[in-house]
Amino acid sequence: MSQTVTLTIDGRQVQAEAGTTLLEAARSVNIQIPHLCSNEELAPYGACRMCMVEIRHGQRTRMVASCIYEVEEGLEVQTATERVLNVRRLVIELMLARNPTHPTLLQMAADLGIEKTRFEVEVKGCILCGLCVRTCREVVGVSAIGFEGRGTTRRIATPFNEAPPDCIACGACSAVCPVDVIPLKEKDGIRTIWKTDYPMQRCESCGRLIAPVKQLEYFAKITNQPLSHFTEHCVHCR
Amino acid sequence: MKKIKSTAKLRDLQQELNARLDPNRACIAICCGTGCLAHGTRNLVERFEQELADRELTEKIALRRTGCHGFCERGPMVVIHPQKIFYQRIKADDVPEIIDKTILDNEIIDRLLYRDPVTKEKIVHEHEVPFYKKQMRLVFGMNGMIEPTKIADYLAIGGYGALAKVLDQGDPQGVIDEIGAAGLRGRGGGGFPTGRKWNATRKAEGSPKYVICNADEGDPGAYMDRSLLEGNPHSVLEGMIIGAYAIGSSHGYIYVRNEYPLAVENITLAINKAREIGLLGENILGSGFDFDIVINRGGGAFVCGESSALFASIEGRIGEPRAKYVHATDKGLYDKPTCLNNVETWANVPLIVNKGAQWYASIGTEHSKGTKIFSLVGKINNTGLVEVPMGITLREIVYEIGGGIPKGRKFKAVQTGGPSGGCIPEAYLDMPVDFDELSKLGTMMGSGGMIVMDERNCMVDVAKYFLKFLEQESCGKCTPCREGIYQMRKILDRITEGEGKLEDLDTLEWMCQAIKDGSLCALGASAPNPVLTTLRYFRSEYEAHIIDKKCPAGVCKALITYGIDPDKCTGCHACARVCPTGAASGEKKEVHQIDQEKCIKCGACYEACKFDAITIV
Repeated sequence: MSQTVTLTIDGRQVQAEAGTTLLEAARSVNIQIPHLCSNEELAPYGACRMCMVEIRHGQRTRMVASCIYEVEEGLEVQTATERVLNVRRLVIELMLARNPTHPTLLQMAADLGIEKTRFEVEVKGCILCGLCVRTCREVVGVSAIGFEGRGTTRRIATPFNEAPPDCIACGACSAVCPVDVIPLKEKDGIRTIWKTDYPMQRCESCGRLIAPVKQLEYFAKITNQPLSHFTEHCVHCR
Repeated sequence: MKKIKSTAKLRDLQQELNARLDPNRACIAICCGTGCLAHGTRNLVERFEQELADRELTEKIALRRTGCHGFCERGPMVVIHPQKIFYQRIKADDVPEIIDKTILDNEIIDRLLYRDPVTKEKIVHEHEVPFYKKQMRLVFGMNGMIEPTKIADYLAIGGYGALAKVLDQGDPQGVIDEIGAAGLRGRGGGGFPTGRKWNATRKAEGSPKYVICNADEGDPGAYMDRSLLEGNPHSVLEGMIIGAYAIGSSHGYIYVRNEYPLAVENITLAINKAREIGLLGENILGSGFDFDIVINRGGGAFVCGESSALFASIEGRIGEPRAKYVHATDKGLYDKPTCLNNVETWANVPLIVNKGAQWYASIGTEHSKGTKIFSLVGKINNTGLVEVPMGITLREIVYEIGGGIPKGRKFKAVQTGGPSGGCIPEAYLDMPVDFDELSKLGTMMGSGGMIVMDERNCMVDVAKYFLKFLEQESCGKCTPCREGIYQMRKILDRITEGEGKLEDLDTLEWMCQAIKDGSLCALGASAPNPVLTTLRYFRSEYEAHIIDKKCPAGVCKALITYGIDPDKCTGCHACARVCPTGAASGEKKEVHQIDQEKCIKCGACYEACKFDAITIV
């Protein structure tokens, strides 16, 4: 029952299914809109504001986040007007003030003609895109980490800043982080993440490391299978 | 009271209660709003109760503990009926005299009367006080006529009559058309036409539908919603019940700050009373219409006054906004059609139903109808809540109602619309106050905060103050608001410390536009307004800080030096007495001096000097 909508993006006619976001519709015709907090596996969030675009409905123009706004019949979208670029320049300079060195951010800045931020730098590393928190909640399903504080004191944290009791050490947060500020280490059969050590399970058949024990226990729980189902063989010897 | 089972029975009860009101009976109406309570009104009430009991007058003389009267500057205050004698700045020890002289002997106590600071005349009656004279207290005026904790008081003056009228007519769409024709616009800040919002919620698909009262008032210095909830909670309830009937909703919420304990108490009591007598709950007044209200207490986050953050908070999630590309009227609370209106908007509804759209639309300007309550604070003689018709000029509010600026100082600006509003300079004092005119000036109506500033306010410092507030209240979800406001404030910090550069002003202007365009919700989108308006109207003050390294208003500590004018100093020693570091010193009756090494620039000497001898350079 999906309905096709026709709109224009940067003057090009685009057809997309109703419910598609402007970001996805643009990508389908190879118009790249920079973005940091959007991920197709996650519900739209609209926080980083890199993906802002200008839309026109009749006489009125409006700035919207393309990762949330859905396609509409006859909509005119401009992805690179001066107004749009100014927001992106501001956002990237503000992010560089938190993290002045990460190549992803520097590349995005360079694409906008910016070498460095004009703001006072206070290195925090994390740019608060929230991908880690949302991945942990929406994809992994454990909500081991969350946001703490508000405004400028907002940060990503484990409950009470202690070892996260619900963490399964899957490492998804670290993998999804666009600026690589969630360290994950593995040494001697121990995975360390969120300053906590998690023993890894060895394959009972071939002895290779499979995954953290807690992660396999979680798999067993949500799939209603015995734990042995995950430990007897690994992907290599199955 | 028993459950009222029909609108006819409600009217009978109203008449019966009204007949009991004896217009000639002596009544002492004491303002028990939060401002007056803070002034010690509770003792006053107890003393009145005691003194009346001692004289065995409790039956003969009524004591009415009302909500806020608005003239907070002169509290504690009473109005003595039927003559409407207005006494202000009363102490508990004045009580026996008030009873013996004024109530029993009809004699005026000169000392307790209000003295007009301009004409120096004493004024006897409440309605003759200039503060009240120019007001049009349609919504707020009822506060003085009722005890907010007594539903009978509200019924006696015709309360819930509008609800009865609506239920008798049985035409929900007709109610919406009436509100639309009246031209009522949202009093919470946005000024969205209320009739259109109701209509959209009524037409939206989905069930249940919610009506919500936004009482998350958070602007610094603004307290009109609190005073309405405290002083006349039933008018808000009646508005909500009518709205729910018109929209087709049976679930209501009141989202109120937990820091408003008296408002929470009075509205809770009002809901329980209304439910008890059949004005809330199932089958309201036998009409078959069901509606009930739940109170949700907010934890004091400014951003929770934003609709989507408010919904998230009620739903038990973090109070953060989400992008609103779908209207709340379609998908609001729990993704169901939701009509969210502010306290004052709801309180206007019974008025419109009772008196008709045509009457209501005759008040105000072309696109802003009715009255608006402002909280008039800052450098103003008559601090308080004022209700004025839309279209009144700022000059009338500041000078005629507000009584001008204290100590004869010069007016500089008035900030409207709360922290994310803007500062209006003297040149625009004659502009009519309405939604559209304020927007044209780069500010907004907001929920009705009005902060007056004089020549001793530094506009860069003012902009910095509001940015600091918004920085602390930003939820932190989106980058432009969280990081942008912070960085703007840091730039202002530098300017006020004498380290600003002229290009900072260009950076600020550029940031303002990008933050407006890029922010997720209205908090961020309007946060640049204090900077934009002060840059627009007071640019020379910014330049003075940057180029001359001076703060013309004498506020920014890094840029000023305190001194003593030897021609004016009388050697009274007042400065030396208040100086916390011993910097100000001198022999009595001789010219004093300030030791710059010791001076911490706290300004205590400046405030203490009665001879204007302290100089700021």
